[in-house]
This record gives sequence, C-alpha cells and structure tokens, in this order.
Amino acid sequence: MNDLPVLTILIALPLVGALVTAFLPAATARLAGLGFAGATLVWAVVAALTSYSLDGGMQLTETHTWIEALGVHYALGVDGLGLLMVLLTTVLVPIVLVASWHEADAPGNGGSRAFVAWVLALEAMSLAVFTATDVFLFYVVFEATLIPAYFLIGGFGREGRGRAATKFLIYQLAGGLVMLASVIGLYVVSADSGRPSFLLTDLAALDIDPVTQRWIFLGFFIAFAIKAPMFPVHTWLADTTERATTGTSVLLVCVLDKIGTFGMLRFCLGLLPDASQWATPVVVVLALISIVYGALVAIGQDDVLRLIGLTSLSHFGFIVLGIFVFSSQGGSGAILYMVNHGIATAALFLVAGYLVQRRGTASIRAMGGGIEKGAPVLAGIFLISGLAACGLPGLSPFVSEMLVIIAAFQHAWWAGAVAVTAIVLAAIYVLWLYQRTMTGPEQVEVKDLDRREVGTLAPLMLALVLFGFFPMPLLDVINPNVEDTLTQVGVTDEPPTVGSADGAASSQGGHE
Amino acid sequence: MNEFIKPTVEYFELWPLLVVFGVACLGVVVEAFAPRSARYVAQVLLALGGLGAALVGVVLIARDSEVYADGAARGVLAMSGTIAVDGPTLFIWGLVLVLAIAGTMLFAERHLDGGVSAFAGQAAALPGTEAEREASTRGLDHTEVYPLLMFAVFGMMLFPAANDLLTMFVGLEVLSLPLYLLTGLARRRRLLSQEAALKYFLLGAFSSGFFLYGVALVYGYAGSMQFAAINEAVRNDTANQSLLLIGIGMLSVGLFFKVGAAPFQAWTPDVYQGAPTPVTAFMAAGTKVAAFGAMLRLFYVAFGADRWSWQPMMWVIAILTMLVGAVLAVTQTDIKRLLAYSSVAHTGFLLTGVLGVQQTSALADGELTALQAVLFYLATYGFATLGAFAVVSLVRDSGGEATALSRWAGLGKESPIVAGVFAFFLLAMAGIPLTSGFVGKLAVFSVALAAGAWPVVIAAVVASVIAAFLYIRVIKAMYFDEPVGEGPTVAYPSVLTATTIALGAAVTLMLGILPGPLLDLAALAGEFIR
Repeated sequence: MNDLPVLTILIALPLVGALVTAFLPAATARLAGLGFAGATLVWAVVAALTSYSLDGGMQLTETHTWIEALGVHYALGVDGLGLLMVLLTTVLVPIVLVASWHEADAPGNGGSRAFVAWVLALEAMSLAVFTATDVFLFYVVFEATLIPAYFLIGGFGREGRGRAATKFLIYQLAGGLVMLASVIGLYVVSADSGRPSFLLTDLAALDIDPVTQRWIFLGFFIAFAIKAPMFPVHTWLADTTERATTGTSVLLVCVLDKIGTFGMLRFCLGLLPDASQWATPVVVVLALISIVYGALVAIGQDDVLRLIGLTSLSHFGFIVLGIFVFSSQGGSGAILYMVNHGIATAALFLVAGYLVQRRGTASIRAMGGGIEKGAPVLAGIFLISGLAACGLPGLSPFVSEMLVIIAAFQHAWWAGAVAVTAIVLAAIYVLWLYQRTMTGPEQVEVKDLDRREVGTLAPLMLALVLFGFFPMPLLDVINPNVEDTLTQVGVTDEPPTVGSADGAASSQGGHE
Repeated sequence: MNEFIKPTVEYFELWPLLVVFGVACLGVVVEAFAPRSARYVAQVLLALGGLGAALVGVVLIARDSEVYADGAARGVLAMSGTIAVDGPTLFIWGLVLVLAIAGTMLFAERHLDGGVSAFAGQAAALPGTEAEREASTRGLDHTEVYPLLMFAVFGMMLFPAANDLLTMFVGLEVLSLPLYLLTGLARRRRLLSQEAALKYFLLGAFSSGFFLYGVALVYGYAGSMQFAAINEAVRNDTANQSLLLIGIGMLSVGLFFKVGAAPFQAWTPDVYQGAPTPVTAFMAAGTKVAAFGAMLRLFYVAFGADRWSWQPMMWVIAILTMLVGAVLAVTQTDIKRLLAYSSVAHTGFLLTGVLGVQQTSALADGELTALQAVLFYLATYGFATLGAFAVVSLVRDSGGEATALSRWAGLGKESPIVAGVFAFFLLAMAGIPLTSGFVGKLAVFSVALAAGAWPVVIAAVVASVIAAFLYIRVIKAMYFDEPVGEGPTVAYPSVLTATTIALGAAVTLMLGILPGPLLDLAALAGEFIR
C-alpha cells in the first residue's frame, strides 16, 4: 500500500461519511456513521501497523502544490506524535457515537442525523490537523474544526448551550486570528529569504532572527494556549463542558484540545526553537498556575461536568510543563500524557454522562449519593476512571505524570514542588466527588449500566490498565519523535533512553 | 494658442465602455417609446445583453493586449492618454461587469413581492397619498432603473480606468448620480429610502467638492492633469510641496468617502438600510470595486513616488476604519445596517492591502504584490456581499423584508438552506478558512506585513476578532435562538435571485478552496501603465 495516499484516504473516509449521513434518515444515519467511523479506525490501525516504522521522522508523506501564488502545499505526513493523535481520535469517535446513540434524539436536541454528520466532519478535520505538514493547510483545518464543534455544542446539550457555543467560538476564533498574524509572519520571512513557501520542512530550514521569532512565537503560543486551554484563557472550557453533551465534551477535551499541545510541540518548538527557550520561564509558571488553579477550582464545583472540565485544565498544565522543560522525560511524558489524558478523561466524561442521564441533574448536591448500592458497575467504573485521572499507580496516567514531575524537578526544584501538590489536590477532587455522589446510607433506585454503555467504557478501561503496566509500545513510538524535537530545539539531552534513572543525576545544569 | 488635434479613439480597446454607455442611452429611448407592458422585458434583456457583450469585449481585449517588460504590465493608453486600458483596468472591468450582471438579475426579481419589483411604482407620487395607492393598485413599475444601472456601471468602468484627474472626476460623478437616484426608489418604507437618498446626495456632493478642490491644487502643483506628468513632477520635487500634500489630502477625502472609510463612513449604514436591497447589493459590491480601482491608480501611479507622504495617513485611516466598522457593527440590530458596518470594516482591510505597496525590487520572486492582493480581495468581497444582500431580500414578513435581527431568530429551522447559505457568506466575511474571505484576508495582511506595517496588521487582527463576534451573533440567532412570534418566512425567489445567490456562494467557495487561478490572473494583470 505504499503508493496509496494513505492519509488522504484517512481524512476522506469520515468526510465522505459526514456528507452521506447528512442525507440519510436518522436511524440509518447512526449505523452508517458508525460504519464510517469504524472503517476509519480500521484504516488507521492497518496503516500504523503496516506502513509506519519506528525510526522517527515524517512518514507516509504526500506533497502536492495547492496555491502556487502563495507557496501553499497540500502536504500530509505523520510522526510519532501525529500517529498517536490520529489513533486516539479514530478510537474515540466510534465510542462517542455509540455512547450518544439515543441522546441526540432527545427532545430539544438537533437529532441524530445532524449529530453524526457533525461528529464525522469534526473527526475528518481533526485528522487533517494532526497530519498536516504545511502551515497554511494546518491553519485552514485548525479553523475548520471550529465549525462542526460550534454546531455540536450549540445544537445538542443542556439549556444555555447557545451561549456556551458562542463563547467557545469567540475564544477559539480570537486565538486563530492571532495565529493568522504569525502564519503571515512566517510567509513574509520565507518570502524574504527566497521563494515563499509554507512547507514545514522549508520553514524549519529558515534562519529567523530572534526578535521576529519571538513575535511569531507569541501568536502561535496564544492560539495554542487558548486551545489547550491554559490559565488565564481557559474560561470557555468549563462553560462548554457544562452545557454540551458528554459525547461532544469528549471530542472537545480529548481530541480537539490536544491540538493546542500538539501545535506547541510541532510549531513552537519545531519552527521557533530559540523563542521557545526564551519564553520558557513564563510558560512554565503559567503551566504551574494551570495545574494548581485548575485542581483547586475543580474541588469547589457543584456540577459534575464542570468539575471534569476543570480537571483537564490541571492536566493540560502538566502536558505544557512537560513540553517546555526541554528534556526527553518531559517530552515523552507530555506526549504520553496527551494519550492517557484522552483515554482517562473520555471514560470519566462518559460515565458521568450516564450518571447525569439517570439522575436528571448534574448537580452533586442534588444527586445526594447512594448510587453505589443500586448501580455497582457504574460506581466502579466511575471510581477507576477517577483514580486514573488522579494518577493512581497501575493505571496509565501515572506513568506520564511521573515522567513530567521528574522532568520538572530536573528543570527547577520549585517547579517540581508545585507540580507535585496537584497529586494531592487531584485525590481530593476525585475522592470527594465519588464520596458525595456514589456512597451514602440511602439506596437510590437507579438502573445500572446496560450492555451498550459498558461496551463503550470497556475498551477505555482496558487501555487504562494495559498502558499502566506496559507503556512501552507507546513510548517506542514517542521517543524517536521527542529526540527529533529536542535536536531541533538544540538541547543536548542526557539519557538517551527514558527510564534509565541513573542518567538523571548528571543532568543538573545541563540546560536552563 | 495650441492647435486642436483630433484625438484618435481606440475603438477596440474602449468597446466595453462604449457598449455599456450605448445601451444605457438606448434604455432611455426604450423608456420613451416602448409601450409600458413591453418595457420590463425589453429593458432587462437590453441590460443583460449589453453587459454580456461588454464582458466578452473585456475578455477579447485582455487576450490581445500588448505586453511590456516580460509581462510586468500590459495594455494601452487610449483617448490621447486619458483612459488607461491596462491589466488592472481589465480585471476591474471584468469584475464590475459580472457583479453588474448579477445586480441586474436582482433588479429584475419580481417573485418576492407579489409580482412587482422592489422599486417604487411611481417615484413622483408622495408617500401615503392617493396617487401612490393608485400606482400600487395598477401594478406600476419603474423600468428606468435599468438605464440608471447601466449609467452607474459606465461610471464604475470609467472611474478606475481614468488616467487623468478630470476624467477621474467625470467617472466619479457618472457613477454616483444614478446611485443617488436609485437609492430613493424603494417600494416599501419610502420615507426611509428618500431620506437615505438625500443624505447620500448631500454628503456625496460635498465630498465631490473636496475631490474637485484637490484636483485644482494638484494641477497647481504639477501643471498637468495627467497622472504620468504628476508623477514626473513629484519625482523632480521642484514646486510647492504643501500644494501637493493638501491636494493629496483633498483627493483622499473624496475617495475615502466613496469607499466608506472612517471618518467618512457616516452615510454607509443609512444608505445601505434605506436603499432597495437589490440596489444595496449592487452598490455595495460595485462602488467599492470601482473606487478602490481608482484609488489604487491615483496613489500608485500619480503619487507613487511620494509614498512616504501618504502611507502614514493610510495607516491611520485603515486602523480607524477597521475598528470603527467592527465596533459599531456589534451594536447594530438591523441586518442591513450590520452588513453596512461590516462593509466599512472591509474597507479598512482593503486599505491595509493598499498601503502594503513596495518597490518591485523589494519583492521576492513569486511574492504577492499589493495590487494583486487588493484586486483579489475586491473579488472575494464583491461576491460575498452581493450574495449576502440577495439573501436578505428573501427573508420577509407581512411588512416586506424583515431586516430586524430579532426577526431572524429561528431561521435555521424555517429554512435550513437559506440560513446555511447566509451563514456561509457571514463566515466568508469573518475570514474563516475554506471561504474566499480567508484567502483575501491572508493576501492583504501579507502584503501589509511585508511592507513593515505590523501595527496595522495587529489592529486588523483585533478588528477581525471583534467582527467575528458579530457574525457569530447572527449565526447564533439563526440557529440557536427561539423565533419571536410567528418567526420569519422565506419567500421563494425566481430563478434570477436564486442564480445570483448560487453564483455568490459558488465563487466564495471556489476562491476559498482553489484561489490559485484568480491570484494568477491578478498577477497576470501586472502593474499599472502610465
């Protein structure tokens, strides 16, 4: 399958699916949509197993001239980071479709047909974001993801969702337009040095002067910080997860927000290494604030879905911290965290969604506890996902969180010290949430999870445990990618492989 | 005394201009002699035929045009150097003619309002009188609008092609006068329409005065009306500099008024709101294209050597225009006024492109030129605006068009297709990727940044964010708000309006996905000749 445009087909499958389902009756649309999402998953897995090698670098590349006058190419390719994001996306979409099987047809919602079509459109655009290797193409699909996301938030969910959708879109568009200035800056720089081009490979070869680099960095970083989200531009997140359906929230937080940290790695570090190092102190501080602030605010929430949204603020703080400490542990930890956070938070959102459906309210106080006895499976899965989110050893987020915290300590003792507090805070919000909703003397009559619902959660649970004990398959994909990135940044890193703890001691002072 | 020399007329190159003018005159004759029942069909066919013939002419001229300096410029100076039929002129002519054809189809629409057009039955009858009621019951229709449209198109073609100040002034007036008149001809809400026409006329006449004064001052400075001679005088820099600067300022006032740049934008919302919607659509698109064509030629050709004097002014005006347009648009509650302020913001974005001019030697091989970027943006803007106003004419209630934004709530449920198309136009205006507006924005911002105008680009980004908010507000109203009362109804248009909307949407989508051919065409047009 070497001659096939693998990635184009990968993007085209859900896109065609979106167009087809938009014109089918609701019942068929769901099945057809699931079929398309499944086919995309199979295609992605087959491509990863047969065509991707673990040597690192861009693979499965396709390059065609798109707009010659602007130096724009239709260029696709995946590296380790891109591959994992593609797989995460393709895994989560069918799960979300099954989990939202009846939800979109509830009164007041926009109907299954529209839901499935928008989800598939979002999947296609997200896959394009993760595989684009031309800055212009990346920007186009980066913005294009907003349209399906906007209609998913605004058309499905709870009262007040229209407002939430508008807030979401304004934040994202503002970030996108700031980034547009930087994209244009890159165009001007590349035009000044010869022929204008937006190809990543051409841009990486440029020698941009430090001041220009900082301005361009700023534009990209603001956009990605809004997307990720980071303190202080995170306020859209909780409003959105509170109002949207949990299926939408999963796609937003677990897939779409990853674009932010993905972009930091690929564009900020990859294209603007000097400026990235220049900005490190500020970014690290912002990341630490996000970690602690997100956890503290989450503790104070009464709305389950808001609470879970805010925990992500804390988690994204960890990811950004891992990226900007510039070491192989940090980088590997951050990328691994992106995958694990996707799995754990998706599970948490989905099970919380089932809970909210059963109780008819998302308010923790109104639920009043006592679900454990009536619905043990629901409670059990809720507990496991929650513990995963707070980094219990044996579940996959633990590995990534440890890597990031180790890297943070290597970077500066205070960074590590602040980051560590989040473990305690995370335990508080998860366990307290569990205690207030699930335990209690009274027994509430609730239906336990049915087969469909367990089916959506089982693969996520499996992944949590599997990657908790055996993260090496993921790290094998990640490590070459991290090495490439660090080489680009120009940080000579100490331990060649992650996990050799004896190398860590000599690394003090190796970099700022 | 100079001896009078008979000018040679380049009939082939001026053909489109002559056809449009001839058809406009013929339209007047038809109006005078044809029976009332035959006029509508005759006028519409005449106008469409004339515009079509002129468009064919433009293509033929472009194909055979003379090329200079390896394709850097093309075309000829006609009428003893008073009209320049060069690449940019031909591009703008083509654009104006296509927009005019679409505009004519909107003018001819009679399905929306129970078999009559959007124009007053009898403009001379006072609003609310017996005469008006009689005109209405008899189903009278002003078919003079078609010759008026053709005269305006003639002005729009002459204005950007003018190669001396006097011809430019003539073009300006020929384009403006029919539009003043058309503005006052609305069938419904006639007082509003007449008020708009009067405002437009008074302010327009005032700004023409400024323009004419500027012409006089620049003539005093350079001793010639010809752009080439003015350029020569600026280069030699001998005469009184203050005459030149004040002259540039006065000319700018006239042009900034026409394009609706702040602080001369005050007429835009009133006129856009009061004019019959087909007129608004045609005027918003066509006038801007023509006036920017003229502005580009005046500043690049006549004052190109004095760039450092006018670029700072342009910076200030561009920033002001973008911010004023975007901020005021947010507070609007009427869809036509909202689109008017958004068009003010777009004027600012276009000015961002205009001020991005650089020496040819400063550009890399294959880099966008300012001219190319502005021409491209004009095309994207023209079609999106025309399409958006055409959609506005479809959404109605018992009192005619429902232009209050609150009446648009729930349109997404009432008519998903109309709401979807309108949302698409709005997204294009907001500059979302995969629409033409995005590529246009990228183009003008690039040239401005390349010319070092980064403060303008930052202001443009801020204005874009503010503007995005208002477009999203409309989309939210259409899709996620509950309708008030009975909700809006969507009238089924005839094939004329439907074609126009489809054309606008198709071009907006095409230029968003494959802008290459049009960008190349704009590059092929090359520089101005003098």
